Amino acid sequence: MSAKPKLYYFDGRGKMESIRWLLAAAGVEFEEEYLETRDQYEKLLQGGFLLFQQVPMVEIDGMRMVQTRAILSYIAAKYNLYGKDLKERALIDMYVGGTDDLMDFIIMFPFLAAEDKEKQHAVIVQKATSRYFPVYEKVLKDHGQDFLVGNNFSWADVHLLEAILMVEENKSDAFKERISSIPAIKKFLEPGSQRKPIPDDKYVETVRRVLRMYYDVKAN
Amino acid sequence: MSGKPRLTYLNGRGRMESIRWLLAAAGVEFEEVYLETKEQYDKLIKDGFLLFQQVPLVEIDGMKMVQTRAIMSYIAGKYNLHGKDLKERALIDMYVEGISDLMQMILMFPFSPPEAKEKNLESIKERATNRYFPVFEKILKQHGQDFLVGNKFSWADVQLMEAILAVEEKVPAVLSGFPQLQVFKTKMSNMPTIKKFLQPGSPRKPPPDAHYVETVLKIFKK
Repeated sequence: MSAKPKLYYFDGRGKMESIRWLLAAAGVEFEEEYLETRDQYEKLLQGGFLLFQQVPMVEIDGMRMVQTRAILSYIAAKYNLYGKDLKERALIDMYVGGTDDLMDFIIMFPFLAAEDKEKQHAVIVQKATSRYFPVYEKVLKDHGQDFLVGNNFSWADVHLLEAILMVEENKSDAFKERISSIPAIKKFLEPGSQRKPIPDDKYVETVRRVLRMYYDVKAN
Repeated sequence: MSGKPRLTYLNGRGRMESIRWLLAAAGVEFEEVYLETKEQYDKLIKDGFLLFQQVPLVEIDGMKMVQTRAIMSYIAGKYNLHGKDLKERALIDMYVEGISDLMQMILMFPFSPPEAKEKNLESIKERATNRYFPVFEKILKQHGQDFLVGNKFSWADVQLMEAILAVEEKVPAVLSGFPQLQVFKTKMSNMPTIKKFLQPGSPRKPPPDAHYVETVLKIFKK
């Protein structure tokens, strides 16, 4: 296992993108192995690499970690992006839970049947603007600090920025600019970084092929 | 806010049940407020109690916590059920998240249409038997210890115990191929706090019935 974390996933965003964001924000270089064929996936399964037969999988510090949340929590704690005590961690976990729920709507979007997409797009915008973004707007307004929790850059800020960009909203202009200008984040936002593009047909095809997921996901 | 944590949810399992399990396992007494009408729910939202307009809500240590995982992480951290270091925490998190995916299938089951129920039940059985239980069977076999992580009782053990019982309610013989899990289940049942939680009169809620489903749909309908 190399010294750098190694990410196993499709060559696209999906559930791995939040992990890429967090590693990048922490200034941690990482390697990636892209799943392109069913055979590759079956090889990982047979090799016992995937605890619950699923990706994302991240090789880090001698562990083969699975489960996105577990991976993110580990990285956040390791790189001091998880608050200074249990209560700050609780706030970060709550905020991340919210942005996670919002991003779930978006992650499933490319896999919906065509007729559900229009409606889902409206749902995404509605949830973002009436349930999630107002919360973070208020948090930032109430304490007037640069970062969401404890006046310190944390996982919650990275996750929120990712969500904002995903929804392509300009609700939180100042926050977006501020966080975007942090050097590690700025670097991640530049062309040539490991940030993945918006999922396209080729991405959807690859996921379906590798996971044999030939059904359309149902909208919530 | 009283000294005890206060849980706000429906009078039923749903997403709050795992939190009840964890508090009970930690030996923590708690109070409950049951949502019975849409008006109660709307009032909670209006009064700003629910950060993302959702329950579970747990009032604990001066915080109004929402987001099931956040709540459980906090409880686990506070009551020393989250491992002794970052690596143990990583293992516990992985195991809990995996089990949580299985629990999600059980959570959604009562809300699936009648024609899909048989298929969904089959999926639960298949996942439990082929994806999740074998993992924990192997872990327990390999280290030969009583608990999943670090030879110490943790959140992972509580969550696995809850899942075993929940799946057994639907698939009674599900543990037949898993001798380690059978032993685990017995050991967990005999732990004082869990034993107490499994007795009648505890805060443990019964399996969801038609009335519960009806209440959920009534309270949360748009």
